[in-house]
Order: sequence, then structure tokens, then C-alpha cells
Amino acid sequence: MTETADQTRAGTVEETADRQLVHARGLTKRFGEFTAVDAIDVDVRRGEAFGFLGPNGAGKSSTMRMIACVSPVTAGTLRVLGRDPATDGSWIRGRLGVVPQEDSLDLELTVRENLLVYGRYFGLPKPLIRERADELLDFVQLGEKRDAKVESLSGGMKRRLTIARSLINEPEVLLLDEPTTGLDPQARHVLWDRLFRLKQQGVTLILTTHYMDEAEQLCDRLVVMDKSKIVAEGSPAQLIGQWSTREVVEARFRPDEHEAMAAKVEDLARRVEVLPDRLLLYTDDGDAAAAAILERGLHPAGVLVRRSTLEDVFLRLTGRTLVD
Amino acid sequence: MAAFPAPLALRSFEYWLFQYKRTWRGSAVSTVLFPVLFLASMGLGLGTLVDSSASGGVDGQRYLVFLAPGLLAATAMQTGVAESTYPVMGAIKWIKTYHAMLATPLGVLDVLVGHLLYIAARVLLGATVFLAVMAAFGAVDSPLGLLTLPAAVLTGMAFSAPVVAFAAVNENDSGFAMLMRFVITPLFLFGGVFYPVQQLPLVLEQLAYLTPLWHGVALSRGLALGTISAAAVLGHALYLCAWIAGGTWVAGRNYHRRLAV
Repeated sequence: MTETADQTRAGTVEETADRQLVHARGLTKRFGEFTAVDAIDVDVRRGEAFGFLGPNGAGKSSTMRMIACVSPVTAGTLRVLGRDPATDGSWIRGRLGVVPQEDSLDLELTVRENLLVYGRYFGLPKPLIRERADELLDFVQLGEKRDAKVESLSGGMKRRLTIARSLINEPEVLLLDEPTTGLDPQARHVLWDRLFRLKQQGVTLILTTHYMDEAEQLCDRLVVMDKSKIVAEGSPAQLIGQWSTREVVEARFRPDEHEAMAAKVEDLARRVEVLPDRLLLYTDDGDAAAAAILERGLHPAGVLVRRSTLEDVFLRLTGRTLVD
Repeated sequence: MAAFPAPLALRSFEYWLFQYKRTWRGSAVSTVLFPVLFLASMGLGLGTLVDSSASGGVDGQRYLVFLAPGLLAATAMQTGVAESTYPVMGAIKWIKTYHAMLATPLGVLDVLVGHLLYIAARVLLGATVFLAVMAAFGAVDSPLGLLTLPAAVLTGMAFSAPVVAFAAVNENDSGFAMLMRFVITPLFLFGGVFYPVQQLPLVLEQLAYLTPLWHGVALSRGLALGTISAAAVLGHALYLCAWIAGGTWVAGRNYHRRLAV
């Protein structure tokens, strides 16, 4: 290939990469006979917060590991920052930040030493790493813990340290695999706050989660994965609009009445779901449906009108059956 | 990655050195104490008995002088093995150091080579301490004894590389106890460290010649005593290098299977 042609190619690659940080078509991951990711199409644009939502075992982490250029692609096309992980994995990884599902911090080193060591993997000069380490520890509110052994940190602190560590190379994209699993509510909110600030600074976030509130809080756009495939895609509002109704009426009767009552209110909603302890009426006008239930002389023990959430979408798409 | 493998492996090497600088105190005492105890009890204690017997030492040497370079090689083996078992499993399963590295520009082979370089450095350090203790015991006769250090590194790595390959496919640490019990300890006792293997029944003697430890001991002892020919040095060194190369190759394959899935 001539030099000019090479430059032209590099130019288009850069331009595409500028819009689409991740571009996947028919992306597939198989472990022997088992297909963990089954021909998914994904595009992540620069500056957005993109979520993979799904139950355990849906293929979220396998997808993330391929995007992180750690796990080889079995079939399909994957481009990260415009390049192919199979040939440019090292180059791509140098521009990513990764927050893995399980902590991989060095427990015997101090908080600050963990950052110093990690920065060296990227070949950064020591004075620069020291400067960034101090800034990042302040950013994740661990400045006072800088000389503490990692062993002594709480779960939330370790997660924050892992986030600080993932930012040491000033990545263009931050990959977070279930960033708040196992944290208490305070720790989760601190973490969300930091992630939101990063997004405002222009860092593209790609995260997996099975928490609906997390997806609603953080994601501009998301895909729902179930059984290795993408089953829905859009913004949280779009997904609710497409897969659920604007509102949900939760009506409680005597447990043995629920089936019978469902038949009597069927016409009041677009869809009625019978749960062991309540009926769910999916409708765009919850107050009208709730009033109609009372008008018909059905005496529910309680009625609650609420907005539809991603959780309704999620359960609709992935079912209520427990996935192990 | 393919274009600059060396610098990336050095980044992994740098990590291991850094964490050693923070944790070396834990192993320092045993590094010094082991040679002191062994050279005192076996070299001086048992040695007095051997030297005053009809044989008058071993192969015309005082027992301490015969024993020390062999023990140096055996120490290199033990350091090489110890550094290649739990630390490797920890880096894969417990502390996940390898996974942290693989999220950066480092590739699987960089991670492996960097770790092997560090183990070589550890073996060299242990051997240097051992040699210093030997000198203090008066068991080093010539400056050529310094050549036992590269010999020790080759011996240690001839064990390290295959054991790293073994550690990378183990799901738990029970395999390590078996390795110590059925491979390392018998080698230590029958590999020519404490007496010439010609003293053994023929079958065991022939078996001993196949082990990297015997070659390491012969190399180390021959260099320390200045009795070895250049051809023998080359032969032993090549044999040890073959184990290092084979072990590293299998380790690379196992690391890919374990870490890049």
C-alpha cells in the first residue's frame, strides 16, 4: 500500500471513530458449544453514556470483555475507536479505561501506589503519574486515604479507587462492568455522582448493570440483553414508550381473588398482569383506570398509580423467571 | 504489540520489582537463614564426619566445599519453584494482577515474560546471598565461583518456566503440595546435592541425569571447584536452556487459554 493510500485509510478510520467509538455487527462469542453473545449489533457514539442491561448470564460481561480487547471475538465485526481488536488490541487498550466487575487492586500496596504502578503499564512518565494520581484521588474523594493499604478500604472505597485507576491514562472511553454491585446506597450515589461528572467532561461511558435505577440515572441509550441477544434498544424514555405504558396501576385484592378480578378489569388497561400479591394494569391514564375499578364496585385493599419504569420494560422483555 | 514486545514486558517486570521492594522483609530472614543453617549443620557438622572417614571428603574435596555449590543450585530450584506457584495463581485468581495488566497495553506474553524476568531476578538475588554466606563459611576457593550465579539463574528458571506453565492451569493450590512432595523434595534428596549420584542404584542414577537439578548441580559445582570443561559447561547450560524454552512455550500457550478467553 502506498503512503498516500495509507493516510487516506487512516483518515477515514479516524473520522468513523470520531462518531462511533464502538461499532459491532454480528458480534459473537462462543465458549465451546455455548454461545455467550449471539450476533449482536451495537454502536456507541462519542460522549454518550451507553448501557448494557440484562439479567445475569445474558452476555453483558462477555460483550464488555470483547470491547475491552481482552477476549477474542469468535465471529462478526468489532471496531473500537475505529480499529480492530484482533490486530490493534494494545493500541486500543492504551486509550480505554476499564473498571472490571471484580476488583483487581493490589492489596499489599497503598492507595496511591496502586495508581503509580498502574500508570506505568501505560508507559507514562513517573512525575506525570504522581500528578494525576493526586488529582484523581481527590476526584474520587480518597485524598485522605492515599497512604492507607488497600486491604483496609471498604467496598465502596475500593470501587472508587478502581475508577481513579482506570482514569490514569485519561481514557476516551470508560468501560464499567457492574460498577455498583454490592455497594450500599450511599456508596452507589457517590459513585453515580462521579460518573455523571466524567460524562460531563466528555468521557464516553459504557456500562453493564442489572439495576434499573442505575440505567435510568446514567444512560443516554441502552440495549437490553437476554439469552445472548439484544432484545430492545433505545433511550430509557423510548424503551418505556415502546415496551410499556406511561403509567401502571397496582391493585391489591385478596390473594385468592386476583385471577377473577383480572377478568373483570381486563378492558380497563392495555395489558393486565397477575402477580401473587397484586394486579398490574398497564395504561396511559392510571387515574382513570383506578377510578373505573372503584366505580365497578370492586373493593381493592389498595390502589397505587405510578409512572412506568425501566423495570417494567425489563421484566416484560426478560420475564419474571429467575435466571441462575 | 508485536513491534515492541520487550518494552511492554519490562513494564510487567517493573511491577513485580516494585511490589518486592514493598514486601521483601517477609522473605529476607529465610533467604539468609537457610544457607547458614544448612552449611553449618550439613557442611560443618556432617562434613567433619565425612572428612575424617576413610574417604577423606568427597572426590578429594572437603565435604563443605563439595556440598555448598550443590546446595546453591538446589536453593535456586526452590526459589524458582516457590515464585512460580502461589504468586502465579494469585495473579490469575486471587489478586488478579494479570487481569489488571491485561486491561492496559500489555498482552498475555508481556505479562508472562515480565513475570519470568522478575523470577530470574529473585533467583539471582537469593543465589547472591547464598554465595556470600558460602564465602563467609570459607567454601569459595576461587573468583570463578562468581560464575555459579548465572548457573543458579539457569537452574532456577529451568524449574520456574515449567512450574509457571503448571500453575496457570491449576484451579486450586492442592497441586502445589503434590509438586513439592513428589517432585521437588525427591530431587533435593536424590539430585546429587548431598552426594554424587553414582552412589545411587543404577536406575536412580540414570534417572538423576535426566533432571534439570542434576545438571544445575554439576554446573554449579564444576564452576565453583574449577574442575569443569568448557564442553561440559555448554552441555549443562544447553540442557537447562531447553527446559526454560520448553517451559516458556507451554506457559505461553496456557496463559493464552486461561487469560484470553
